[in-house]
Amino acid sequence: MAKMTLEDLRKLREKKQNEIQKRDIEGKDARIIVGMGTCGIAAGAKPVLDTFLQILDEKKIDNVSVTQTGCMGLCYVEPTIEVIVPGMPDVIYGKVDVETAKRIVEQHIIGKQLVTDHMFDRPAADIIKKDGGK
Amino acid sequence: MHICIGDYLLDIVQNSFEAESSFVELTITETEDTLECLIRDNGKGMDAEVQKKVLDPFYSDGRKHAKRKVGLGLPFLSQAVEACEGTFTLQSEKGKGTLVSFSFNLHNIDVPPMGDLNTTFVALLAHPLCKELVITRSLETSKGRESYTLKKSELVEVLGPLTTSGTLNLLKEFVTSQEEELKQYQNTPQLDLHKNR
Repeated sequence: MAKMTLEDLRKLREKKQNEIQKRDIEGKDARIIVGMGTCGIAAGAKPVLDTFLQILDEKKIDNVSVTQTGCMGLCYVEPTIEVIVPGMPDVIYGKVDVETAKRIVEQHIIGKQLVTDHMFDRPAADIIKKDGGK
Repeated sequence: MHICIGDYLLDIVQNSFEAESSFVELTITETEDTLECLIRDNGKGMDAEVQKKVLDPFYSDGRKHAKRKVGLGLPFLSQAVEACEGTFTLQSEKGKGTLVSFSFNLHNIDVPPMGDLNTTFVALLAHPLCKELVITRSLETSKGRESYTLKKSELVEVLGPLTTSGTLNLLKEFVTSQEEELKQYQNTPQLDLHKNR
């Protein structure tokens, strides 16, 4: 790959946007939040973030919001990620490795079904905000 | 404990974002012998009292998680640096900002692998608390010298908000093209044990 300039990047984005408009919008309004605290990083949150980006790219899903937060209070099951899909309960998944990340995209985001064997309840009690984090 | 240098960078630069900085600078200077990293922010800084305590893994200001008694980011880094003849400095002034700089002796057997810098940079640029970040990465060896700069405001101007999977994948493609160009000048092939990190 040749070294891209900002102008190359702009052109690539325009090309991509035209393609996106022609496709059905899958994953719209879905959000993936990766726990990137010291605990998450140590457990491999960075490759997990990258895996999500790769899988979404392979499946040509451009509309999922992928963002980061700090420790969600579940340091013992890091890497943790939160998935928010409209019409489904907000879920925090733990022990998310590359294989699990793939299942979360296919099963939860596309298939609208929970990946129950990686669910570890809410954030730990000591960091739940009094208003329920709203 | 973190596995690669990219993980330490993620952790420490996030401290700058969380210190309410409007501007953060990350400079990574690599030669055949050393790797120097510098993280400078204009955030809220720390007074002398706090600076003495931050390398203690059992110190935290308790602001993020009231009942937690650990703060491992800087302690992990200083431990890694000590293990491989590196250097570590911390300068900070309350209300002005903080400068963290560290280096690794790349010939030391215990030096952590670099890890996936592309994803590190994408994660940092896209971090929700990152207002402005300028990353300057350079490599100089007997084969020559190459460097590149990534500036968040410029990238946002081209790509729009760095929030969706499509945009982040474009950003990653861009960052990867810069890093690939630079790697041509690498002389000693790095151990690939952690290439997925």
